[in-house]
Amino acid sequence: MKQIKKKILFGEYVSGVGLKKALSKKPDEVVEEVKKSGLRGRGGAGFPTGLKWEFALKEKGDEKYVICNADEGEPGTFKDRKLLMEQPEKVIEGLTIAGYAIGAKQGYIYLRGEYIYILPTLEKTIEQLKKENLLGKNILDSGFDFDIEIRLGAGAYVCGEEFALIESMNGYRGEPRNKPPFPTQKGFRDKPTVVNNVETLCFIPYILSKGAEWFKSFGTEGSTGTKLFSISGDIEHPGVYELELGVTLNEVLELVGARNPKAVQVGGASGICVAKKDFDKPISFQGLPPGGSIIVFGENRDMLKVLKNFLEFFVEESCGQCTPCREGNYRLLEGVEMLEKGECSVRYVRELLTLCDVMKTSSKCGLGQTSPNCFLSILENFKDEIIYR
Amino acid sequence: MASIDICSKQELTTILERFKPQRDNLLPILNEINKKFGYISPVAMMEIAEYLDIPVAEIHGVISFYHFLSTEKKGKYIIRLCKTISCEMAGKEKIARMLEKELGIKFGETTSDGMFSLEYTNCIGMCDHGPAMLVNEKVYAKLTPEKVIEIVDELKKRGQL
Amino acid sequence: MSSEMINIKIEGKEFQVEKGTTILEACKMAGIKIPTLCYHPDLTVAGICRICVVEIEGMNTLTPACAFHIERNVSIKTNSPKIRKARRINLDLLLAEHYGDCYTCVRNGKCELQKLAKDYGVDNYRFPSVTEPKYEIDNSSYAIVRDQNKCISCKRCIRTCIDLQQVGALETFGRGHGVKISTALNKPIADVICINCGQCINRCPTGALRANDPADYIWEAIDDPDKFVIIQTAPSPRAAIGEEFGYPPGTSVTKKLNAALRRIGFDRVFDTNFAADLTIMEEGSELIERLRRKIVEGDRGVKIPMITSCSPGWVKFAEHYYPDYLDHLSTCKSPQQMFGAIIKTYYAQKAGIDPSKIVTVALMPCAAKKFECNRPEMNDSGFKDVDYGLTTREMATMIKEAGIDLKDMPEEDFDHPLGLGSGAGLIFGATGGVMEAAIRTVYEIVTGKPVPFKNLDVTPIRGMEGVREASLKIENTLPEYKWLEGVTLNVAVAHGTANAKKIMDKIVKGEADYHFIEIMACPGGCLGGGGQPIPTTPEIRMARARAIYEEEKNLPVRKSHENPEIQQLYREFLKHPLSDVSHKLLHTHYTPRGKYFFVG
Repeated sequence: MKQIKKKILFGEYVSGVGLKKALSKKPDEVVEEVKKSGLRGRGGAGFPTGLKWEFALKEKGDEKYVICNADEGEPGTFKDRKLLMEQPEKVIEGLTIAGYAIGAKQGYIYLRGEYIYILPTLEKTIEQLKKENLLGKNILDSGFDFDIEIRLGAGAYVCGEEFALIESMNGYRGEPRNKPPFPTQKGFRDKPTVVNNVETLCFIPYILSKGAEWFKSFGTEGSTGTKLFSISGDIEHPGVYELELGVTLNEVLELVGARNPKAVQVGGASGICVAKKDFDKPISFQGLPPGGSIIVFGENRDMLKVLKNFLEFFVEESCGQCTPCREGNYRLLEGVEMLEKGECSVRYVRELLTLCDVMKTSSKCGLGQTSPNCFLSILENFKDEIIYR
Repeated sequence: MASIDICSKQELTTILERFKPQRDNLLPILNEINKKFGYISPVAMMEIAEYLDIPVAEIHGVISFYHFLSTEKKGKYIIRLCKTISCEMAGKEKIARMLEKELGIKFGETTSDGMFSLEYTNCIGMCDHGPAMLVNEKVYAKLTPEKVIEIVDELKKRGQL
Repeated sequence: MSSEMINIKIEGKEFQVEKGTTILEACKMAGIKIPTLCYHPDLTVAGICRICVVEIEGMNTLTPACAFHIERNVSIKTNSPKIRKARRINLDLLLAEHYGDCYTCVRNGKCELQKLAKDYGVDNYRFPSVTEPKYEIDNSSYAIVRDQNKCISCKRCIRTCIDLQQVGALETFGRGHGVKISTALNKPIADVICINCGQCINRCPTGALRANDPADYIWEAIDDPDKFVIIQTAPSPRAAIGEEFGYPPGTSVTKKLNAALRRIGFDRVFDTNFAADLTIMEEGSELIERLRRKIVEGDRGVKIPMITSCSPGWVKFAEHYYPDYLDHLSTCKSPQQMFGAIIKTYYAQKAGIDPSKIVTVALMPCAAKKFECNRPEMNDSGFKDVDYGLTTREMATMIKEAGIDLKDMPEEDFDHPLGLGSGAGLIFGATGGVMEAAIRTVYEIVTGKPVPFKNLDVTPIRGMEGVREASLKIENTLPEYKWLEGVTLNVAVAHGTANAKKIMDKIVKGEADYHFIEIMACPGGCLGGGGQPIPTTPEIRMARARAIYEEEKNLPVRKSHENPEIQQLYREFLKHPLSDVSHKLLHTHYTPRGKYFFVG
């Protein structure tokens, strides 16, 4: 494992310390600590984690749920796989703390079907932690009960969207809902529910054990902490890297041994395609999207093929309920096929760019709102290669 | 045909009774049945519908939403080759052709002996070790044509046992 | 109202709305029309077509007006370049996928997609449009035709079938661009648990769902000089068909309709209200007989509560979902079927017409009536009792096809006999009507006195509440009904099969202490039937109900048993209710069907 500068998740960790600290505080104090840390969701959307917890904490009722979103499906992303395989106790500790903070007695891990081979590891860890009294009844003699069940997905990228995930867990087609109400108001079984990404939860034990201030010493002001990056493509050392937020793309590329890349897809298929001129930009919630997936394209890659691959992905993975996403992605793919055959007029390309705008503003969930990004950024950066080929 | 259904009916009941009859157990139930039988048959759908008191159309609608659930009988080994970008760039195409050649079927098909189904899948999170594929619950990474031959041979041997 | 009021801005103007109001409702109150497509007032909100999107200040993305409940002070824009562009492009996306020429479509002129295209000035396809049908049309059902090529995936039919009616025949399959609306295992609709209520048709914005139209066959019969074509018209179509001719909802056009039907070429125009009265005679007697056997004889085999069987959608629903409770259903045929059997026996005899030459058509508010008249057991006259069930919409088209405008028609009466219906028969058209009619007759049979309600209006069971209950104490009975003295008759009324389920589940659990229950498959009862003019909304259904009750108030005969033509029929033919002839012609049996698949 390579890393530059400081590390959190790939640094020291003693199981149970963060949880113990959390249990010594009141739930609202735990929420406060997480809020202070500035931790933002590591699934891609970047919603402040503490705030999400606070919403759920404030909801009335004693039946609440916390769910670990382990439906990592963004093309080019595999950091959660690594965390789940190698540091499952951290995920579970984070989830347990989340449960304590919002007042949930039951947690779930929604594990994507593709990761079924991680299931035994998780089950073993849960058993082990129960033996150590870090999970189950009366955790660390605090009077807090918390149990975790694993739910398997069955091959649907969109279930990574929190409402789609909840619908899937509720026993329905994994179709995102209209918001509000938010999951923290009406989620799993219609009860207040917090959904947090695997990586987000892994930071929690650290924030509790070492404090929000310590956490904030990593990263930048608006993008605190470190971040795991899944890096693949035309590079020498593909893998998962822990880097501080605010790192520039150039620094990343150097680190992973990318020789003379022509483009980098930052943030997965739903992120943006960055050309050389922007390689000096930082990756953060204010800069290039920090989703965590970085795919590097070498000099010889045909960007139209790349774009086609992304769009094929979205056409299949859209849940298909809202018009702009269901029809829009299909039209973009059709457009790419027309471009391939040299049958697409510049006028029609303009229509498609307008379509992208509309998809971004009027799709029901993040999938359709971000899927046109690849089309927009690749066309913008590689006009010659794509439109005038 | 009928006899298969009758015997599977008991097995279905065994699976169903492990779950409380509530809607949020639908996906776990479907996963279990799909795993056990390799698909979810009309009879299974009706049994689930009865057990959870949900119209059978809704059960089928949910099944059709998930790529890993099937209403048609699949092979004993379902090979799912990742076709998403990193694996594509790492040489998925060669692997695909090799698989087709070795198995004698195209993607989307099942071998006549019911041993193998060949499918594409979207990103399986092995982008740092592409090309990669899933065979049932096992993941195979850094595939090469030679490796594919080995894996398929091994599976064929195991399948005959 | 004590609920919290919230200040909002729409297009810069200040408004106050109740907390929880949707933007769509707020805009409506503010006099701003927001275009909608997947939204329907009867249905759960989906927010998926993205046509009704508006801009909320401070949000990057647009918001569907139908799905956003106002909980805080928001400033809303309803007309901006961003909004217009989104609506237009989303519309273009739908149009490109929608296959079918408007002029060959049953919904031409009444299609919401067509209307939007017109309103948004669409004059070309922005995206390559489908040029060939992708799906075969499902013509399997007597009642409902599905043409997926016209489907725009708004899911209104699914929300109707699953949520509103709780039938669950239609669902979404697949995902992504490949989603489609279909049945379990993609079976023909005739082979699944569809109850033929046609509520999906009423709520489909396009022509993807329509009724199976027998008009061509009817024209053929009319044009055949050898055939004697008789039409019976149900109470609900007359309160709604005017909508197809520009009358406002709630206009009763009974007599103009009679004239139009004669102009079209029907040889006789009869009133289904007559058969409704006949149904009350039989069903009321059946109820009394069931109660007698239960109370006097202590017969445990007899099933109480008795449930009405006029609604073929409800009957099929019961056959699918409650096959073990079919003995609770009255054995009475529906008025439509009773009438068919009477026409081809009694009337044929009386009028001296060879019944094999008679073609009976039923003008019904209903899609399920088409299925009902094709049930194999409905041949008790020795012929197919009712040859064709025709919906209100289809009849309007036939009238127009004949070059007739209802507005120009004179007022004409029904033909007699079999053309006189009481007010009790008329109110069959509204939810609660059968119950009210039955109570009027049953009460009077056993006590010799009219029901103790002002103007005979049994108001406790009127209205649009999903389930309504009432109790009526029977006092001062006639000597032969002494055994009913002091009995409190508990009745219930439900409309829409979701409400029917509520009542049935009570019966299944043994928690129901009703004696008699009226169930209609369609929301609002027959006036909201699946064959009625489109659109349907709660307001429109209320207006139709008002029209029916208004008309009934002024009818000379308002109790079924006082209908002189009914009395004549019994005198001359049937002898008395539940007689052998009645049993042969007017009663039927039911078929338990698979709960999940209808096989055979």
